[in-house]
Amino acid sequence: MSVQEGISPSPSTGDSGRVSLVNNPRVRGFIFQLITAIIIAVVLYIFVTNAQTNLRSQGIATGFGFLDQPASFDVNQSLIEFTQNATYGRVLLVGILNTLLVAAVGIILATIIGFMVGIARLSPNWMVRTLGTIYVEVTRNLPPLFQIFFWYVVLIKFSPSPRDSFSLFNAFFYSNRGLYMPSVVLGNGAIFIELSIVIAVVLALVVRYWARKRQEQTGEQFPVLWTAIGLIIGLPLIVSAIFGFPITFDVPELGGFNFRGGTRVIPEFVALTWALSIYTAGFIAEIVRAGIMAVSHGQTEAAGSLGLRPGPTLRLVVIPQAMRVIIPPLTSQYLNLTKNSSLAVAVGYPEITAIFAGTTLNQTGQAIEVIAITMCVYLTISIVTSIFMNWYNRRVALVER
Amino acid sequence: MSVTQTAAAVPQSQASTRHAIELIDVNKWYGEFHVLKDINLQVSRGERIVICGPSGSGKSTMIRCINRLEEHQKGRIFVDGTELTNDLKKIDEVRREVGMVFQHFNLFPHLTILENCTLAPIWVRKMPKKEAEEVAMHFLAKVKIPEQAKKYPGQLSGGQQQRVAIARALCMRPKIMLFDEPTSALDPEMVKEVLDTMVSLAEEGMTMLCVTHEMGFARQVADRVIFMDYGQIIESNEPNEFFANPQHERTKKFLADILH
Repeated sequence: MSVQEGISPSPSTGDSGRVSLVNNPRVRGFIFQLITAIIIAVVLYIFVTNAQTNLRSQGIATGFGFLDQPASFDVNQSLIEFTQNATYGRVLLVGILNTLLVAAVGIILATIIGFMVGIARLSPNWMVRTLGTIYVEVTRNLPPLFQIFFWYVVLIKFSPSPRDSFSLFNAFFYSNRGLYMPSVVLGNGAIFIELSIVIAVVLALVVRYWARKRQEQTGEQFPVLWTAIGLIIGLPLIVSAIFGFPITFDVPELGGFNFRGGTRVIPEFVALTWALSIYTAGFIAEIVRAGIMAVSHGQTEAAGSLGLRPGPTLRLVVIPQAMRVIIPPLTSQYLNLTKNSSLAVAVGYPEITAIFAGTTLNQTGQAIEVIAITMCVYLTISIVTSIFMNWYNRRVALVER
Repeated sequence: MSVTQTAAAVPQSQASTRHAIELIDVNKWYGEFHVLKDINLQVSRGERIVICGPSGSGKSTMIRCINRLEEHQKGRIFVDGTELTNDLKKIDEVRREVGMVFQHFNLFPHLTILENCTLAPIWVRKMPKKEAEEVAMHFLAKVKIPEQAKKYPGQLSGGQQQRVAIARALCMRPKIMLFDEPTSALDPEMVKEVLDTMVSLAEEGMTMLCVTHEMGFARQVADRVIFMDYGQIIESNEPNEFFANPQHERTKKFLADILH
């Protein structure tokens, strides 16, 4: 008993008066926190006053007014209308959208490739397993910037000039200027076609619901996927036939040294997204493999002994349990991919770091504001991704007692 | 040979259909290690067999060969007239007819008790969900835990989990049930509830192969007790004779060890 009393300062012993203030954990904790707070305050004060003097001496006005000034430079890809007279605010918006585009496409691609490679690495087939291993070792061990350059060079140098471009149906053209494809031009009655697409989607959902109900009652299965595809393609086709095909396509045409018309996917976007997807997929593959291996072999055996084949076993038993191991590290890979999209600077893809934290900062000199905005944008994207993934993780968590 | 069961003298085609399970000269190696040596065993329909023996004697490996969780390398295995070969279709066929209960339950922790029981009937037997749920509730009632249907395995005791595992196997309406040390991972006070479930199953005429050291269970329900050691079937006899009058030294020593 006496030993315990010596260690824990329990109030019953009444010896707190004998402990010196320096050795009191509460007092100590307070002193250390106070010192830390003072240091932070001093550093902040120095930064702020220093920045103020520097800005004053260079004659730069602080504030966010520059966002309304015309940017007078062009960007080579924009999801929204962008002209030479557009403001810096517009530039910011274009940058955010382009960053989100790379992140979204990259995350989807990387997840698909990563899961496939991760499962392949556990295949009983030697060839498949080895190919998976080679993929992971190559993509994980080369720097992402190098990989972006690699794919960019492949796309630019080893692709034909517009005159010799690869073409598909004389409508899709692929050359070192990127991929040109027909764009849709809507005529009279096109609204009905759009409506018919919505109706087809709703019908497909109804069919899915009905098929599930029927499976529950009779056990018969229904080819839902093919029906849905048929509906979503077939119905708009019939409707457009009725209205005499009011949709026309603006097909790109070779004129001079380049194409005119159509929509263009720039090689910078393809190189960046593809490289980041390939790179991140290497990490995701290892996460998926670890997750699957973390599921006890007894689970596979139990499923097998019930007559389930390897495919359904993986889908219904192993992957759902592997997900709780996979999701947290998968989230950081998604965040990595999003942040790595800033490497776009190297190939000239106009995302937020390139055109806002780069060009805009250089032209306006509003370093503090530009950096603060850029930070907020990345933080917001990352936090939203995290919140979504945490929510999903809670949903797939196992129920224990 | 110390195998008491004489190998089939009847023509094979006839033998394989008459017996629920037939193993003919089955051999298996793990690398250099010879786990199963010339195993010959015939199990009639409705027969209840208890297999015992020291650890590492190959008992689990033998019953795991019967639903091809393990592959045998020499000899032939017939289950309900179907020979187990590399033919995946045959393996599926056999697994549909053979239920298995594991030492560590191996319930699917991400699915409810009910979903554990309906998974295979829906995906393997293509049974309507509603019907599968009715079947599942029937068997959950039989193992006396219908009220737990909506819970997850992690919320149940070991004994309850093992009873769910038995119900899950029964939902496929198997002709043969294999038990691989079903009570070894349980706390002592839960052993009885699982054994009671197995006894009632035996009373209904299910063909059962059970690896266990529960000698009371063996006496009560087994038609035959088999003793294995060093990958061989050393002795096989009806329970009273097996316990009262063991023929082999190793059997005597084993029985003396486990019965104290």
